Amino acid sequence: MNIYKREIKDKLKSTAVWSISIFALIMLFMSIFPVFSKDAATLKLMMDNYPEEMLKAFGMSGVDLGSVAGYFTMTLLFTQICLAIQASNYGFSILSVEERELTADFLLTRPVTRSKIFFSKFFAAFTALTITNVATWGSTYLSIEIFRNGKDYDIDIFIKMMATIVLFQLFFLGVGMVISMLVKKVKSVLTFSMSLSFGMYILSAFGSIIGEDTLGYITPFKYFEPNTLIINGEYDRTMLIVCIIIIIVSLVASYILYNRRNIHSAN
Amino acid sequence: MKIIETTNLTKFYGKNKGIEDVSLSINKGEIFGFIGPNGAGKSTTIRLLLSLIYPTSGQATIFGKDCFKYGHEIRNDIGYLPSEVFYYDKMRVKELLKYSASFYKGDHSKRIKELADIMELDLSRKIDELSYGNKKKVGIVQGLLHQPKLIMLDEPTSGLDPLMQQKFFNLILEENKKGATVFFSSHILGEVQKLCNRVAIIREGHIVKIEDIKTLRNDNYKKIAIRTNNHNQKVFKIDGVSNIEQIDGEISFFFKGDINTLLSLITKNKVNDVIIEEPTLEEIFMHYYK
Repeated sequence: MNIYKREIKDKLKSTAVWSISIFALIMLFMSIFPVFSKDAATLKLMMDNYPEEMLKAFGMSGVDLGSVAGYFTMTLLFTQICLAIQASNYGFSILSVEERELTADFLLTRPVTRSKIFFSKFFAAFTALTITNVATWGSTYLSIEIFRNGKDYDIDIFIKMMATIVLFQLFFLGVGMVISMLVKKVKSVLTFSMSLSFGMYILSAFGSIIGEDTLGYITPFKYFEPNTLIINGEYDRTMLIVCIIIIIVSLVASYILYNRRNIHSAN
Repeated sequence: MKIIETTNLTKFYGKNKGIEDVSLSINKGEIFGFIGPNGAGKSTTIRLLLSLIYPTSGQATIFGKDCFKYGHEIRNDIGYLPSEVFYYDKMRVKELLKYSASFYKGDHSKRIKELADIMELDLSRKIDELSYGNKKKVGIVQGLLHQPKLIMLDEPTSGLDPLMQQKFFNLILEENKKGATVFFSSHILGEVQKLCNRVAIIREGHIVKIEDIKTLRNDNYKKIAIRTNNHNQKVFKIDGVSNIEQIDGEISFFFKGDINTLLSLITKNKVNDVIIEEPTLEEIFMHYYK
């Protein structure tokens, strides 16, 4: 428990910052909704003028932005980018930080197994991400209730959209962890996490624009694309399975690699 | 039962050799010196014993248990002081030591206080405000607070002033008297000679020699340099002199034997200056372990 506690303490500030930022982001986005929905007709006209490619890139194609759920897809996309950065930040750092800051010698010469260190760190990061997840749910619920302007919405589709966040976070956490174990050294966590999260987003946007479906199988932005979810009303089962497989494989691989890793000395 | 036992322990970093065929056997209660120049493989050996790195081949046991399978159990009774100490910068010394203690059974707060007092370490300071020497003190307290049965020191004295070094050596000797075994790696022959019972000499990844410290002391070579106007090195070619060299007015050589013979020889001949010093480890290696 001591490693878990220390990890949580270490992440407290960053978790708070992320949670509050995302909370504020959703509130801010949704606060514009009343204006949007009032002028739904004008809005539709405006949207029709935008090139279809752009709408696809921002995940706005095929949904009615005048409806609560339709408008929310846009909010969720930006939220997802934030969630991705946070989760990959943790993924890239939790195992590599001790080596980068040269505290690995200290931690690994204590009487603990590497497995225990691995799980303590993983669960601490997951706890932190869950706190942010809860903030995201809370903010979503609150903002809808405040700003929906009397419009009805289908709670089921919201739950479906929000339920994907945990997998989304685990994807970036797991992939970040396994990459950090595959490279010799993670010099700058931010470079890695930005590349991964924006890279995945761009892949998804690019895939949508050129209509290439196979690209979608490697990016979670595609697995859980909110507008597709609204149109179909169901998850894409294949993509869901692909996502879960990637999560499991990356976590198992990082566990094995961490247990075998040579920790080199500072000099 | 042997405290540490390695058989043909070998570690390659890719194609680069770390250590090869290192076989050591250390008894309970020993202070075992492990000496060699920088890059000889001392740290590699210690990191293997602590399972920070894994071997290419060979075995290692501590307290009779396999280092790589039961590392976490073994480490309950190991205190390790690395050559360079790094801790969580944001923590205070007290927090770091408390965190360290939380890995071991029992209450160690009294011992922390005791050790900090001896080493004159301020527990309330922040780690990143500490000087190198003070960080080293944190390392010492951290390494000894759980009363380990095996103390592993990897060039522990760098950064400590002579007074602190002495206090540190006294601490180690005290622990040793209480029954702790000490594995002491260093590249300074003098401190190893002062402390250890037995010593292994490692060079380029191989153990060159494992010897009793007494034997090593009898091999007590001195490095002598004489400045004189009599340009005659032959005068000093007596028994026990080797590697004699003359550059202008300076004659230098190694001497092994009764120092009085040499001193009277020097007095007989008019010299301007004499330097008698311990040969560096590198010089010993160069001349005697070719």
